[in-house]
Amino acid sequence: MIEFKNLHKRFGKLVVLDGLDLEINKGGIFAILGPNGSGKTTLIKCLLGMVIPNKGDIFFEKKSVLRQWAYRNNLNYLPQIANFPPNLTVLELINMVKNLRPKTANEQELIELFGLKSFLDKKLGNLSGGTKQKVNIVLAFMFDSDLIVLDEPTNGLDPIALIHLKEIIQKEKDKGKTILITTHIMSFVDEVADEIVFLLDGKIYFKGTVDALKKQTNNDNLEHAIANLIAKQYA
Amino acid sequence: MKYKIWLFFFFIFIAFAVSAKQIVVCQSCEVKTIKEAIKMAKEGDEILIKKGVYKEQDIVIDKPISLIGEKDVVIDGNNVGGILIIQTNNFKIKGLKIINVGLSYTIEYAAIKVIKANDFIIEDCVMENVFFGILIEKSKRGIIRNNKISSNRKNEASSGNGIHIWSGEEIEVYKNEMFGLRDGIYFEFVKNSIVHNNLSYNNIRYGLHFMFSNNNMYHHNEFRNNGAGVAVMFSKFTVMHHNKFRLNWGSASYGLLLKEIYDAEIHDNLFEQNTIGINAEGSTRINYKNNTFLRNGWAIKISGACYSNIFMNNDFMSNSLDLAYNSNINDNKFDNNYWSEYTGYDLDKNGIGDVPYRPVKLFSYIVNKTPEALILLRSLFVDIINFSEKVSPVFTPDDLMDNHPLMKRAITNFDTQRND
Amino acid sequence: MLKILKYSFYDLMRSRWSYVYFLFYLLLGFVLLFLNNDVDKAVITLMNIIIVLTPLIGTIFGVMYYYNSKEFTELLLAQPINRSKIFMGQYLGISISLTLSLVLGLGIPFVLYGLFKSAAIFNFSLLLVVGAFLNFIFVALSYNIALSTENKIKGFGYAILMWLFLAVIYDGIFLISLVVFNSYPLDKFSLAATMFNPIDLSRILILLKLDISALLGYTGAVFRKFFGTNFGMLISMGVLVLWVVLPVFRMNLKLRKKDF
Repeated sequence: MIEFKNLHKRFGKLVVLDGLDLEINKGGIFAILGPNGSGKTTLIKCLLGMVIPNKGDIFFEKKSVLRQWAYRNNLNYLPQIANFPPNLTVLELINMVKNLRPKTANEQELIELFGLKSFLDKKLGNLSGGTKQKVNIVLAFMFDSDLIVLDEPTNGLDPIALIHLKEIIQKEKDKGKTILITTHIMSFVDEVADEIVFLLDGKIYFKGTVDALKKQTNNDNLEHAIANLIAKQYA
Repeated sequence: MKYKIWLFFFFIFIAFAVSAKQIVVCQSCEVKTIKEAIKMAKEGDEILIKKGVYKEQDIVIDKPISLIGEKDVVIDGNNVGGILIIQTNNFKIKGLKIINVGLSYTIEYAAIKVIKANDFIIEDCVMENVFFGILIEKSKRGIIRNNKISSNRKNEASSGNGIHIWSGEEIEVYKNEMFGLRDGIYFEFVKNSIVHNNLSYNNIRYGLHFMFSNNNMYHHNEFRNNGAGVAVMFSKFTVMHHNKFRLNWGSASYGLLLKEIYDAEIHDNLFEQNTIGINAEGSTRINYKNNTFLRNGWAIKISGACYSNIFMNNDFMSNSLDLAYNSNINDNKFDNNYWSEYTGYDLDKNGIGDVPYRPVKLFSYIVNKTPEALILLRSLFVDIINFSEKVSPVFTPDDLMDNHPLMKRAITNFDTQRND
Repeated sequence: MLKILKYSFYDLMRSRWSYVYFLFYLLLGFVLLFLNNDVDKAVITLMNIIIVLTPLIGTIFGVMYYYNSKEFTELLLAQPINRSKIFMGQYLGISISLTLSLVLGLGIPFVLYGLFKSAAIFNFSLLLVVGAFLNFIFVALSYNIALSTENKIKGFGYAILMWLFLAVIYDGIFLISLVVFNSYPLDKFSLAATMFNPIDLSRILILLKLDISALLGYTGAVFRKFFGTNFGMLISMGVLVLWVVLPVFRMNLKLRKKDF
């Protein structure tokens, strides 16, 4: 479904992606992991068209995404930081995003789920960080798209919301969607991810199931398995 | 007593009525040309010209008669030379339309030329496409009123003046309209004369021009869109009041140009939107009072030796620059004027600002040296340097100031002064 | 683009700063007209303020809006819309809302004063047109700076420096070079130097109406042609349009290669 081919990206002198090749098949939850600065966010942003690679190509459903924008209609994105125009109300924001996409949305269900009903007429500038993140999640999940990209989705969520989030992710997966997640919360990965893509120094260092990783590193605990992976690299 | 006077006038009237006769000129009359009529006329006669076009030039009037035109009388000079030439006292010209005066670079052809004549009236005449309109030499006690004189010449050399008086005395010029000429009105060696309620506009050089003329007065005139509104040069004791000087635009354009003049009174005039309101050069003992300077480029520009001038109770309103000065203060005094740029305060509420106003800005000084700098007028940078100069004067004369600037306008009936 | 514009505009029109800006002009208009009662003087004072303040506010609003809405912009970038449409929408949203504050803030007192009957209506409208142009120009310039500067503090600093340069320093250098090269013909140089600064250009446009009597005092054929006919007005307006078009064009150029 998604294919990154020989992707290079430099920011000034800093090489972030260094000839990365990656193929992600349709269906399932993929966790993109890696230490800080390993290029996770850059990779996602390349896919989303926010960062333009120096070299290489990206294919989404067999078509190159470079300099295109229409493909994003089949893609939902949850940005890392939820920061919205402070003077719009929640409802206006939702309507605006709906307005931008020619798809039908099922925001009502999600609003209900996250208890945002009473906030609909509030200005976004007056909401707490957690509530904003909930709005963020609503915006990301209200469209029916084949690919869902989640950048640090657990940021600032209370436990109940977190449970809801996991439910939604599961539900989407069951519908056959492809879900990309970056996160630092290993327990979350352990719980939801089918496959792990581990990035190091701008390349894919490991790609496989959670169990395969555990087996390879001889470690039952994912956190330790990852730490082991990094330690081996720098040894 | 009164009765006796009336009786006296009555007899005089009878005497004239009996002795004076009227000669009628028209195309179908016995007398067909004006020249013919003049030849026939005797002292005191009236020549009445009936409707029609008379193609005549060099009509010489040498006896005291009246030449009166009915409606639609046109004397066409065919662009050859002068038209009426008058060499007599006690004449009257009225109601003629005189057109197409010849152009010459050596002879001053005029629609009406008056030589050595006293006690005359020229009124209600229209003169079009003239070289000179009314040209008067060595004459006294004349009245010139309600005439309309115009031409369409393009440059100074090929154009003449509307009313040109060379050596005259006690002449009254009023309610005339002049345009498209060199000077609307030109006075040279004229004294004790009055010019009032005239309108002079679109002239190539000046609306009104005095040369070597003393003890004259002009008031309630309007000078608009001339090379310069009024030029007063080498003259003494000139009184100028209630005039409007407007829209005189150009690199050498002034509302009022003063050059080598002494002892003048300039009051209650309006200077509006001229490139330079008043340009004074070598002018001494002049009182400027109650004048309004509105939206001129420079309200007043003083150059050369100007001594003992007093500027009081004038309104300086929204001029690009109030004052340009390129000489010493020379005992000139600014006091009790209103300056719209003034930013001081009046704590004791006596209507007079508590801090003096400095009408010469640093920018005005710079523009004097580098005229192109004018393009930076009203720039923030210019405001900043003006302000710093105001705080501590370095370049501008620090004793040039209005010590008692008014908080409100000096002239309250401004609106009556202005009529559009 | 219109959708983005609409929401940026809504957002900004409800912001506290838009109200402050609007109220500032409203108050200014009332004070100038009703305490002063002299339309000519009011227009001159307004010109001084508009020429300095609208660029400053345009610059600050532009930079602030860009940096403050960075995350939201990223969300928009992930939507199926063309990049340049997002930024054009935001750009127009800011410019239009600022212009609206200006036009309404000054327009209301002037209308109440009975401006339509006054002869100053033309000068006043010109003032508003120039103010609107300055908004569009300086928001575009500040967006260019913000797009090229990742660091918020730096971007803000550069933007303010740009304003300071164009509003004050440029004229200082300009004036000094005029004085220094006094003995050379300077008419073409001074007109050209005016064209290269949108603030000077706007000032000249207003001077053409307000101080034409002074400007016509210039000697020299180039000046005469520029100030004496409609030529100057047309050229200035044309260059002012270029001052909007070029930064917007560069913005789009920059956007094509920009990483977010």
